[in-house]
Amino acid sequence: MSNLLTSLLGATGQGILWGIMALGVYITYKLLDIADLTVDGSFALGGCTCATLILMGVNPVLATIIAVGAGLLAGFVTGVLHTVFDIPAILAGILTQISLWSINLRIQGGRSNVPLLNTETIISKFVGRSGNTVVATASPFIQKLGLTQSQASLIVGIVIVVILVAVMYWFFGTEIGSALRATGNNEAMIRALGVNTNRTKLLALMLSNGLVALSGAFVAQMQKYADIGMGQGAIVIALAAIIIGEVLMKRFINFGAKLASAAIGAVIYFIIRAIVLYLGLNANDMKLISAIIVALALSIPTVSQKLAIKNAYTEGDEDNA
Amino acid sequence: MLDIKNVRKTFNKGTINEKKALNGINLHLNEGDFVTVIGGNGAGKSTMLNMIAGVYPIDSGKIEIAGVNISREPEYKRAKYIGRVFQDPMMGTAAGMEIQENLALALRRGERRGLGWGIKSDEKEGYRESLKRLGLGLEDRMTSKVGLLSGGQRQALTLLMATLKKPKLLLLDEHTAALDPKTAAKVLALTEELVAESNLTTLMVTHNMKDAIAIGNRLIMMNDGRIIYDVAGEEKKKLTVDDLLRKFAEASGEEFANDRMMLAK
Repeated sequence: MSNLLTSLLGATGQGILWGIMALGVYITYKLLDIADLTVDGSFALGGCTCATLILMGVNPVLATIIAVGAGLLAGFVTGVLHTVFDIPAILAGILTQISLWSINLRIQGGRSNVPLLNTETIISKFVGRSGNTVVATASPFIQKLGLTQSQASLIVGIVIVVILVAVMYWFFGTEIGSALRATGNNEAMIRALGVNTNRTKLLALMLSNGLVALSGAFVAQMQKYADIGMGQGAIVIALAAIIIGEVLMKRFINFGAKLASAAIGAVIYFIIRAIVLYLGLNANDMKLISAIIVALALSIPTVSQKLAIKNAYTEGDEDNA
Repeated sequence: MLDIKNVRKTFNKGTINEKKALNGINLHLNEGDFVTVIGGNGAGKSTMLNMIAGVYPIDSGKIEIAGVNISREPEYKRAKYIGRVFQDPMMGTAAGMEIQENLALALRRGERRGLGWGIKSDEKEGYRESLKRLGLGLEDRMTSKVGLLSGGQRQALTLLMATLKKPKLLLLDEHTAALDPKTAAKVLALTEELVAESNLTTLMVTHNMKDAIAIGNRLIMMNDGRIIYDVAGEEKKKLTVDDLLRKFAEASGEEFANDRMMLAK
């Protein structure tokens, strides 16, 4: 049982850091109504950039910030392909994503995996305990707090997500933010009101991928390695998180609550994953299960609507005329 | 206010689908002119409005608003001068956003958008007043999503939005065509009211010839990408639908074979 609890705690920390990615995907998928597939690449980009820089001796906070910059750049490339060259958003995203695989490999100096075992990261700064042993290099205060790696991940993740939700809530209430939401809602209308929709789309793609890279940077620091394959299927996890969040928090119409629900959805996704693995399922099957969850969640509204229409027909009523 | 000089537009040039949509349009509107535009399908009415708004680039000619040459400006830049209402009630509003958010977007038409709040609390009273005059009870539903409104309500809201920040030119592209007769009459009355109130320079495309005669101070008829008839003032007031049909036959050398226009008699 304590085994399960440990893995649940780990899953929660992992989930909240992936929640940052769900927030990023929320911008394109929910607000802009675009399925941006860049994110698989920019998630790994964030992780690879951050890990490589940390290993080179760069301060972890700075390394994380640079990783976000790399993500913004990836979003910019997709945005230019989509808005300037009119390549459909999905294809533009795939092109950037594919190119990022090679770029990430270059960033990591040809290594597919960069470990961060005994290096200081944003998360390890708060770790005072490993199992039952006190971390000798930690400051007395941190030793006294005695957080484990997964507890530290969870706390750092919660702080970051709360800050991000607050900032996003503010931003999407501003004039630029409103124009961005309107672009996803009715492009022709907001253009007729004087907004350059190419610019709002570009901005949305950049912000989204910046957040996704931030998530990748934190996940790499949490799991103590970056891998060029770490973003594979990330979009599906993010979509699952958004959909789970939507289902669970249906009653909330406040925008801040909707954002928070996407992050919480990610936590729930990883808790489900931990339980499924605890029950003895193969970890390699998880991608299949994620895909099924997302496919079901996306098809349930349509199916239930069709059923409702079918059931609404009353037979024999023509005789009552 | 509006000056259109020899504007031409051909779609799909050099292909089998080549269509000369505008064949040298010349039009001058004085400030406060309310011009109704009629003509058969494919006459170029909507194309003319879309060219003015910048939806497509023109092939040649010149478009000026208030002395500013906007011929090559992109659509979003021209929005500074132009308020628009489309035929499709769904097109003029953002369904997933609140009524007051839509109005706030419209109030900032053509202005630089920054990081200030998208909707300031002191604006809301003004929105409430504006909504009240629609007589649709929307002033009590300002935080409702626009998607919950009916087509007529949305079109009335779009009209309000197009005039919220006084435009130099108001373009109405068959904006009552998709509404039921009662709602259409209401939206049309509101149009006249708003236009008169701010003395807006207006171009209104319509398929209803009675409306075209009754409303505004000037009427133009289009055919085959040209303006074939232009009448204003007293002469326009005296027009009848039969006159228009005859004029059309005269000018175009063919019968007015458009069902929608015949029915609109």
